[in-house]
Amino acid sequence: MIHFVLHDPQDSVAVVVVEGVKAGQDLTGWIMDADRTISLKARQDIPIGHKLALQDIKNGDTVIKYGHDIGLATADIKAGSHAHVHNIKTKRW
Amino acid sequence: MISSKTTFWGYRRENGRVGVRNHVIILPLDDLSNAACEAVAHSIKGAMAIPHPYGRLQFGADLDLHFRTLIGAGSNPNVAAVVVIGIEEEWTKRIVEAIAKTGKPVTGFGIELHGDHDTVLRASKVAKEYVQWASELKRVECPISELWVSCKCGESDTTSGCGSNPTVGNAFDKLEPLGVTLCFGETTEITGGEHLVAARCATPEVREKFMFMFNRYQEVIERHKTSDLMDSQPTKGNIAGGLTTIEEKALGNIQKIGKKCKVIGVIDKAEMPTGPGLWFMDSSSAAAEMVTLLAASGYVVHLFPTGQGNVIGNPILPVIKLSANPRTVRTMSEHIDHDCSGLLQRQKNLDETGDELLEIMLRTCNGRLTAAEALGHREFVLTRLYESA
Repeated sequence: MIHFVLHDPQDSVAVVVVEGVKAGQDLTGWIMDADRTISLKARQDIPIGHKLALQDIKNGDTVIKYGHDIGLATADIKAGSHAHVHNIKTKRW
Repeated sequence: MISSKTTFWGYRRENGRVGVRNHVIILPLDDLSNAACEAVAHSIKGAMAIPHPYGRLQFGADLDLHFRTLIGAGSNPNVAAVVVIGIEEEWTKRIVEAIAKTGKPVTGFGIELHGDHDTVLRASKVAKEYVQWASELKRVECPISELWVSCKCGESDTTSGCGSNPTVGNAFDKLEPLGVTLCFGETTEITGGEHLVAARCATPEVREKFMFMFNRYQEVIERHKTSDLMDSQPTKGNIAGGLTTIEEKALGNIQKIGKKCKVIGVIDKAEMPTGPGLWFMDSSSAAAEMVTLLAASGYVVHLFPTGQGNVIGNPILPVIKLSANPRTVRTMSEHIDHDCSGLLQRQKNLDETGDELLEIMLRTCNGRLTAAEALGHREFVLTRLYESA
């Protein structure tokens, strides 16, 4: 079972692709571009389609997905935590 | 697997273009003519009214776009014949004469000096002749190079960027070398990935035109915005689906142009491309607006990836929906033509989901109704540039 996917090995966040991911659950992730898997423990419940942090991200860090800049962390985000609008913001507009 | 020998069964029109549908449409020039158009379509089976809310007191570039969109919709090769109804005869004639250049049957009616009853009677007589004539037209075998295929995604979520958009990209990478005419757009939804699209432009001239369109739209946003647009771009649906920023949405969005396709040209809204290859159309990212513009540009089949489950259709352009979100495929299955959720469980690869999408696209071109067509989704939404006079 693949619980989350990421595009690029450099990405700092990944996408949960199954329903019902719970805090404490051991997850398997698939790096699509490199076609290999990694493991990570969820720190929080995360809905399908939402992101989890793959590493500790500091407030002010650039968040990387698809190997590119997708915005700025507005709070510290621990690895395995839910990463979304409450802790990431656009750099545009 | 498709190749240059792949064919589909379409309707060859008088001007040589090939359509995959055989509609007789009753096209209102303006909001006031919707009722008469709907009355004609109600009494003549097989005729389809395309109501819309605009067409009065528009001027300048906004009026040009109104005409271009209606003329383009009527000229689309998915349309066999057209009845145009307008409140007055002059602008109606302008639409009729432009559609007539394709060689297809088209007749216009003005309501003033006649009233709805007489107009509906006269228009119905013509519509009946058109429907019976169109019903005898036969599909002919056509090379895949004669196909015009567009894409635009909607109610995207993170599974769009991982699954359904790259599936369209894989299909586009396979269609482009076969001489198919392709299109993508959604100018503001490239924000954060504009450098990647610019790098794909075939020539410096195309790149310059693309960046001009991109920057122009950014200025529109800057001029009118009251916030960072987190309430509308990404949309509430996008955010519910896990998309956080416009940059993330854009990087997912541009997966639709594949890994290899070059952008060979840039067109304005509802403008017709002039040759095969991948075109960028400057457009809104609102689904029904852009799909309507693509129908007006002459595209005959549309690939529409969705994450959270956009239900859009179009009266002229068949909209094929695909989703990689297993929850959407389960809860909204009646809207989904192609389930590519297996991709995210590593059960399938992109080459496989891309081939499956091309197969359903060819079946659709050969006459299979899309989910949106079967459900009666006919969203025809005109893009407005500014206030009426």
